Amino acid sequence: MAYATQMAPAGARSRSQAARARLTAYGFLAPAGVLVLFFFFIPMILILFLSITNLATTNFTTDVLKMATSQDPRYIVWGDNFERMFADAYAPKILFNTFFYVLSTLLLFNVGLGLIISLLTTHINRRAGFFFRALWILPRITSPAVYILMWKRIVASSPFGILNQFNELLGRPEANYFQGDPWVFIVMLNGFIGASFGMIIFTSAIESIPKDLLNASLVDGSSLLQRVRHVILPLLRWPLLFVITYQTLSLLTSFEYILLFNQGGAASNNEVWSLAAYNRALNTYFANAQWGYGSAFAVVLVIIGVVMATVYMRVFRFGELVAEPKIEVL
Amino acid sequence: MRIMLENLTKRFGTVVGVDDITLAVEDGEFVAFLGPSGCGKTTTLLMVAGIYKPTAGIIRFGERVVNQVPPKDRNIGMVFQSYALYPHMTVFGNMSYPLKLKKVSKEEQMLRVQEVADKMGIGDLLDRRPGQLSGGQQQRVALGRALVKQPDVLLFDEPLSNLDARLRLSMRGEIKHLQKELGITAIYVTHDQVEALTMADRIAVMNRGRLEAFDAPDDLYDRPKTLFIAGFVGNPPMNFLEVEVCQENGAFYAVNQGLRAQVPPERGEPAARRGGRVILGVRPEDVTLADAGEVRGSVFLVEPLGRDDLLDVHLDAANRLNVLADPAAHIRAGDTVTLSLNMQRAQFFDPQTEQSLLWR
Repeated sequence: MAYATQMAPAGARSRSQAARARLTAYGFLAPAGVLVLFFFFIPMILILFLSITNLATTNFTTDVLKMATSQDPRYIVWGDNFERMFADAYAPKILFNTFFYVLSTLLLFNVGLGLIISLLTTHINRRAGFFFRALWILPRITSPAVYILMWKRIVASSPFGILNQFNELLGRPEANYFQGDPWVFIVMLNGFIGASFGMIIFTSAIESIPKDLLNASLVDGSSLLQRVRHVILPLLRWPLLFVITYQTLSLLTSFEYILLFNQGGAASNNEVWSLAAYNRALNTYFANAQWGYGSAFAVVLVIIGVVMATVYMRVFRFGELVAEPKIEVL
Repeated sequence: MRIMLENLTKRFGTVVGVDDITLAVEDGEFVAFLGPSGCGKTTTLLMVAGIYKPTAGIIRFGERVVNQVPPKDRNIGMVFQSYALYPHMTVFGNMSYPLKLKKVSKEEQMLRVQEVADKMGIGDLLDRRPGQLSGGQQQRVALGRALVKQPDVLLFDEPLSNLDARLRLSMRGEIKHLQKELGITAIYVTHDQVEALTMADRIAVMNRGRLEAFDAPDDLYDRPKTLFIAGFVGNPPMNFLEVEVCQENGAFYAVNQGLRAQVPPERGEPAARRGGRVILGVRPEDVTLADAGEVRGSVFLVEPLGRDDLLDVHLDAANRLNVLADPAAHIRAGDTVTLSLNMQRAQFFDPQTEQSLLWR
C-alpha cells in the first residue's frame, strides 16, 4: 500500500508532463496546419462542392444554402459535370497532353538538365560554377509575362522573329513555329525555368558530400565519370526523390506559361489539364464562365496529384529514407 | 616503392600550403608527417595521392615522375580520418570497389575481399552497411579497402583521430604490424606525436609549410635540430630557460639568476662559443628532486598522471620548470623544492635562429 501511495503522485506528474509535451508539439505544428487547412483542405472541399453544381455566369449566386436546396433553378446536378467531361471530345487529348508535358519537362529539364548543370558547375572552378548557376536562375526571376514576350519574339514570324532571321541568313524558308509543333518550345520555356530548382537542390547536395568520400573514390581508382555514377548519384537519392515529387506536382498544376504563350493552341493542341480547368471555369470565348464544369476538371487533377504523390513515396521507400540510423556513428 | 619529393610546393592563391619540401621515403619504409594543424602535412599527402597538383616541384614513384598521373593510375591505398566509407554500399561493396574498378573477376573479388576481411577480423560483417558498424569496425573496413587492391603505397590521413583512446592504442599496433608484414611503403599523417614516435621508422616534422626535420624518432627526441622540434616532440614538453654558458677552470657552467649547473664539455663548449644568452632545454624527466640540487623553486601545481606526478615549479617570476616526480614523494602545491638538472642531456639553442647549437 505504501508503495502504491508513494507512486501515485509521480505517475500523475509524468502524465501531465506528457500531456504538456504533446501540447507543445501541436503548438509547433499549428501554423503549418492552419495554412494547409485554409489553402488546401477548404478550397478542396469548395471545389468538390462546386463540381456537383452547374454554377455559371448565367445562374450566378453566392448563396450556398440556395444552391444546395433550390429546385428551380436547380443547382445540384451530381455527376452531370463528370459525365460531360468524360464525353468531351478533347478530354483524352488533353489528358495525353498533360502526361506528355509533365514527363518530358520533368525528365529532360527539371531533373535532367538540373542534374547536368549542378554536376558540371561543381566540377569546375568555384567562382565560375557560381556564375553559371546564377545565369540559370535568370528565367525564374523574370516576370512570366516578360519572359513569354521574349519567347514570342524568338519564335515570331519574319521580320521580327529571331529564329526566322537566322533562317533568312542561312537561306532557309521562313518557319511558322506556332503552327508547326509548339510543344518543343512549350517544354523548353518551362524547362529553362524548372531546371534551376533541381540545380539548386542538387548543387547543395553535391557540395555537402564529404570531400574525403569524393577523394576516396578517386584513390580507389574511379574516373570522374565513374565517381558520378557510383558515388555521387546514389548519394543524391533523397534530393532526387524530392525534386521529382515536387516538380511533378507543380508541373501538373502549372499552366500560366502555356496560357500566355498560345492559350493552349488551336483545337486544344497544347492544352493541359490544369489549363483546361482554368479555361472551362474562367476563360470561355462567350464569356460564360462555367465554375461547376471547371471544378470537375480540377477535382480530377487533385486525385491524380494525390495518387502520384503516394506512388512516389512508396517507390522511393520514403519511410526508410527518413528513418534514424541504427547505430550512432562517431 | 620509393617515393621522392623534390622541392615540392603548393600554393592556394597567395597562401603557401607547402613550401619547398624535399625528402625521400625508402621502399617499405613507414614515414610519419608530424605537425600542428595547418602545417601542410595533409596537403603534402594529397599531392602524393594525386588529388592536388603541385604548384612546383616533382613527385617520383620509383623513377617515374607522377605529377600529372591521376590518382587512379598511382596504385595507392588511402585511409581517411572520417573513414570515408560509401554509405550506400555494404562492407563487401566498399572493399571490392577498387577491384571492381580494376575489372577483377567476380570470383577473385570475393576471394580477395574475404581474405583481407578475415585478416582484419571483419569477415563476418561483409553484408552490413557502414551505418550499422561501430567506429572501430568502420576503420577496419577502411583499412581493408585500402589493402585489398595490393597498393604500392599506403597513405594514412590521421586514421585514428576519431577512435577512443583504448581502440587507438590497439589499432596503432595493428597498423604498424600489418605495414611491416606486407612491406608496403607507408606515409602516415598525424598531429599526435605519440602515434608518430611509436609507429614510424622516420618522422618528417612540418611547421608552417616547411620541413623542420626528417629523422628517426630517437634522433628527434634526443637530438632536436630546432627549438620548434624540441618543444613539439615529447610530452610533457621540454623546459626552456635562458642561460649564459661560461667556462671556469676548464669546466662549463650554465648560469642565470637562480641556477648554476655544470655542463659536460661536449655540450657546454658549443654553447659557450656562441656566447651571450642561449636557450637551455631540459626535458621534465631529466629534472629530479634532490636535496643538493642546483635550483630552488615553489610548486605551483601538481598534476597526478598515475605513474608520475607532473609538477609545475616556479623558479622566479619568469622561469618555470615542468618536473616529473615520484608520487611517493607526496609533493603538494606551495611546497618549496630543490631540483637537479641532468645536464648530460641538456640542449642548447640559438635564441635568434632557433637552431640547435649541438646538432646540425
